[in-house]
Amino acid sequence: METRIGEPNLVAMSFFFVFIAITLGITWWAARRTKTTEQFYVAGRSISAGQNGFALAGDYMSAASFLGIAGLVSTSGFDGLIYSTGWLVGWPIVLFLIAEPLRNLGRYTFSDVVALRFQATPIRISAALGTLSTVIFYLIAQMVGAGGLIRLLFGISYETAVILVGVAMLAYVLFGGMIATTWVQIVKAVLLLAGATLLALLVLARFHMNPLELFAAAAERYGDAVLAPGQLVSNPWDAISLGMALMFGTAGLPHILMRFYTVPSARAARTSVFFATGLIGYFYLMTFVLGFGAMVLVGPDAIRAVDAGGNMAAPLLAELLGGTPFLGFISAVAFATILAVVAGLTLSGAAALSHDLWVSVVRKGHADSREQLFVARVSTIALGVLAIALGITFKGQNVAFMVSLAFAIAASANFPALLLSIFWRRCTTAGAVSSMVVGTFSTIALIWLSPTVQIDILKADSAWFPLKNPALVTIPLSFLTAIVVSLLRSEEGATHRFAAVEQRTHLGPVGE
Amino acid sequence: MSAEEDKASLGSGTLRALSARRFRIALLLTGAVMLAYFGFILLVAFAPERLGAIVAPGLSLGILVGALVIVFAWLSTWFYVRWMNRHYDDALERLRD
Repeated sequence: METRIGEPNLVAMSFFFVFIAITLGITWWAARRTKTTEQFYVAGRSISAGQNGFALAGDYMSAASFLGIAGLVSTSGFDGLIYSTGWLVGWPIVLFLIAEPLRNLGRYTFSDVVALRFQATPIRISAALGTLSTVIFYLIAQMVGAGGLIRLLFGISYETAVILVGVAMLAYVLFGGMIATTWVQIVKAVLLLAGATLLALLVLARFHMNPLELFAAAAERYGDAVLAPGQLVSNPWDAISLGMALMFGTAGLPHILMRFYTVPSARAARTSVFFATGLIGYFYLMTFVLGFGAMVLVGPDAIRAVDAGGNMAAPLLAELLGGTPFLGFISAVAFATILAVVAGLTLSGAAALSHDLWVSVVRKGHADSREQLFVARVSTIALGVLAIALGITFKGQNVAFMVSLAFAIAASANFPALLLSIFWRRCTTAGAVSSMVVGTFSTIALIWLSPTVQIDILKADSAWFPLKNPALVTIPLSFLTAIVVSLLRSEEGATHRFAAVEQRTHLGPVGE
Repeated sequence: MSAEEDKASLGSGTLRALSARRFRIALLLTGAVMLAYFGFILLVAFAPERLGAIVAPGLSLGILVGALVIVFAWLSTWFYVRWMNRHYDDALERLRD
């Protein structure tokens, strides 16, 4: 098909500038409500459960997963469903194990929870290590994805695109803090869900509103094989390892965990995850339908002709069904999506730098609100500049694996220590610290030795470590480290304080 | 803060019992979701031909099972939220008084 992808698109630009104008308006409004650290980090805990449900979905639904799953389905059918389910199943885990205790035990970051009954300094340092590693790898993937995507969709240069994303994101976070970031997420989630729904309806309208007819049409044209597992899962252990990273990584992503502090109560935190799970599951089912729509209506060859990875399947489908204006709308939504995710990541990274490292470790908790806010904003600028620099440095590199690396670190470094500090009486400072440090470094080391880096990127003949994602090894390793180290030497204070932690897990902090 | 009293109330049973009950339910549901998801992945890995079976025009067993995993994830969160809202919150309110 004839496509205008890659040419400057006036409609896309207009939509995008409307989005920027609206979100900057929100930021201006939010800036006047952002005077204390509590407002800056967690929106004064004034976000409702429904709003937070949308914001969680907005933080989580990335352009990479939207375009990537639709692309994978459009070229190989069924296999995309493996990702659709994988991106969702972490959410029930977040709900059952993490959301409510986190809300009751902490203030701004997840390390508040871990530090509660252990020695603060070593915990804060190692938790910041896990948080910043997760955030930076996720940021690189988002920034490089943003540059490439925007160059393709809007026809502007890669560097311009990266700088544009960095500057807009900095404006939101710096001036509007969590209030602006939350509303950017909500606007983005609504736009993305509406765009995907509209596109799916346009597809299904051609198949009597019956997805099965669409799948049948795909099978008729490309064979029943498109409805069956294909080449994606050639090694079962790889599939299980990636599945573990997605499932437990969600419960360790700092920008997701931080969102539970923005609601007024544990009950609201609970309800917000319920909403988020519904929205995210709906979204990934929709993406699956869109992929098949693109396969039947656009065709795998036409999709690969525009982008070998298949990432342009959804935009091409939009262009086919709604012309250049709809292509413009979907492109602008994809841009907004990246912007929102990057803003959430930066804010959580800034919280780790300023709240965990500066205020807790350097100043031992003795910093007034003014100083805390100042340091938080300096950290935000530092991370924003770093994100732009990394985005430009990694131009043209294949960084898709960094998303699964970020999930693997979150699952191996953050999740085990967080879980054990909430639920396990015998856990000690040394146990939690060693678990976080071992989790971070073993994940980075094993992914460096994996086929993903050695064979796909460095073009070596073989890789020392057989799995593409290390979570299958690193999650158990991190748990085991925490348990063995804790049992080797007990810590009386940590065990003693567990009763208070257990009580607060349910009843919340005193006086709130 | 009356930490000692609070600890006593936790130790004396009711909150601890509620805590243990919530933890059991959370673990049970976590296990169920893990079983559903990794069961699906294992089927994809070890029985791809079986999942390729067509159960209705346009619907393979694999697509059906994958969609059911998503539906099951939804239902498990719905069940948990309902239990917490109905039983846990009330019990907690009674403990606060």
